[in-house]
Amino acid sequence: MAQSKNSVRRLVQGNEASMLGALYAGCNFFAGYPITPSTEIAEGMARMLPKKGGRFIQMEDEIGSMGAIIGASAAGAKTMTATSGPGFSLMQENIGYAYITEVPCVVVNVQRGGPSTGLPTKIGQQDTMQARWGTHGDYTAISVAPASVRECFEQTVKAFNFSERFRTPVTVLSDEVLGHMREVITLPEEGEIEIINREKPDVPAEWYHHFEATPNLVSPMAGFGEGYRFHMTGLVHDPEGFPTADTNEIRKKLSKLRNKIVRFSDELVQLETTMMDDANIAVVAYGTAARAAQQAVLMARDKRIRAGLIRPITIWPFADDQIRALLKGIKTVLVVELNMGQIVHEVDRLAHRHCKVESLNRFDGEVLDPVEIFKRILEVK
Amino acid sequence: MPATVQPSDVAYNYLRVKKNFPNVWCAGCGIGTVMGSIIRAIDKLGYSKNDIALVSGIGCSSRLPVYCDFNTLHTTHGRAIAFATGVKLAKPHMKVIVITGDGDGLAIGGNHFIHACRRNIDITTILINNHIYGMTGGQCSPTTAHDKKATTAPYGNLENTFDVAQLAQAAGASFVSRSTVYHVQQMDKLIGLALEKKGFSLFEAISNCHTYYGRLNKEGDAVSMIQDMKKIALPIKAAKVLPPEKTKGKLLTGVLWDVEKPEFCSEYQKLIDNFKDEREKNNA
Repeated sequence: MAQSKNSVRRLVQGNEASMLGALYAGCNFFAGYPITPSTEIAEGMARMLPKKGGRFIQMEDEIGSMGAIIGASAAGAKTMTATSGPGFSLMQENIGYAYITEVPCVVVNVQRGGPSTGLPTKIGQQDTMQARWGTHGDYTAISVAPASVRECFEQTVKAFNFSERFRTPVTVLSDEVLGHMREVITLPEEGEIEIINREKPDVPAEWYHHFEATPNLVSPMAGFGEGYRFHMTGLVHDPEGFPTADTNEIRKKLSKLRNKIVRFSDELVQLETTMMDDANIAVVAYGTAARAAQQAVLMARDKRIRAGLIRPITIWPFADDQIRALLKGIKTVLVVELNMGQIVHEVDRLAHRHCKVESLNRFDGEVLDPVEIFKRILEVK
Repeated sequence: MPATVQPSDVAYNYLRVKKNFPNVWCAGCGIGTVMGSIIRAIDKLGYSKNDIALVSGIGCSSRLPVYCDFNTLHTTHGRAIAFATGVKLAKPHMKVIVITGDGDGLAIGGNHFIHACRRNIDITTILINNHIYGMTGGQCSPTTAHDKKATTAPYGNLENTFDVAQLAQAAGASFVSRSTVYHVQQMDKLIGLALEKKGFSLFEAISNCHTYYGRLNKEGDAVSMIQDMKKIALPIKAAKVLPPEKTKGKLLTGVLWDVEKPEFCSEYQKLIDNFKDEREKNNA
């Protein structure tokens, strides 16, 4: 984030930064249900949205929250909800509805330890795969994982941009430590970060098809009440939005959901590397775990171990091409996660037979200590 | 074009006649009758088609919106009211109508139903009650009467039922009404009143599922089931002057509950307006 003279420097909490990022992106509708450790986002929205002319509603549960933000987005609003593991599980059915009906919306999942009620006040990164495969059926997901308070802000803005650009729900994978941590950040001015809004139709209403085939596979989107009367359904549908059982139409629809993201994944990749140029041991970590991993890599460098860090910020779609290229010449790759091993399978798929894949997992509700990671680097190098 | 709808009919201008027909409903089903009533009520009130959102869940009744030329949202099972809440709050000038059934609205969607009543958000819910799950093949619903048969209650239903009207009233709805698919003119009128009411309004349409409920409970075909509705229906105004023994076992119809209370979207607008000066100062 570039600094300018009007920028405001402030001590901000991670959840507050997610909330401020959403407002910066133009979020004007929030529906949510209280759940630790995400509640500060809902509380902030309840405070801020009426002041900005937006709308906040506390729903009766997370299923309803997800339904409400999809309904509001269909009516033209930029919408978000925030939750944690148990709520994210409840939202999955309607997240699937947003995939098939191609409704932009953002879900911030401030992860805690699971499964089930798990560890409500402690950290976990156990929803990485749920963000990719959580709802039933075939679809392609977009998720981002911030690793600092500043990134909680920036990545929430990105999540809105991605969701509006691709007409799809986007998950922000935050976590308990990140959500409750405070750091000094510079809040950007208006116009400093680009804001993308969904493309609106420019055809007469009678020509409008809500799911029209376009070169980039993303259809311009009218909202309810704007004079374009259209149908939306969770049933597989044709470009007009009406249910279909035509095998050709079904293939076209499901391929569109996948290809509109996969073919343009270069627009989505965000990857940060540290000291990878001459590395022969690579650490892969994301979110909060990457902070300790970065420190561990520096400790290893002090001991003349040629370690480097690969930190995916966009988790889904996984940066296959970029990570495959980075792993060339690497002897060992160490995947560090606050779960029992989720992204390690993606890395293993890319590293297949080229380098040794090791992992370090912590799943007891505590963060990883840089020393723990450093020791593991010594073991596997 | 369906043979039954001619360009001279009021409904013709409101139906997606070029697509989606024939409909999914069994011959004789009451849901189409309710659809006709909704359209006539809207036409009479002169609402713009662009300002109407029809939101439904899953089931036979929830297939209704796809046939209508409004903004139509066919959502997930039981969640129509949650989606409708989002539409209404984002675009408060729109007329948001939820189409649901007894299974969709009261079993899987029961929580959203009572909370929308409590919130008193300006949504009209039309609950088509045929006392059974039709689309999935005749399973027991929250309004299948005690001892009545369903495919998942093959020896008779051991459970008790919801009274939809009482439930909505107790949960805080500001308008509750009921009629049957036999009483079409009353239905037209009551849907109109529900649409005009500011706040959460419920219209319960008693309908027939002769395919499952009628067959399993030996209640005959569509015609005989609809004629039975005529026998048991009793307008609430008439019931008030009758001795209790004469109203026993009757189905009360008409406006059952009508009160004024703060409506959610209007209250929210007031809150936004309170911050108007602050916003203008910031924008200046």
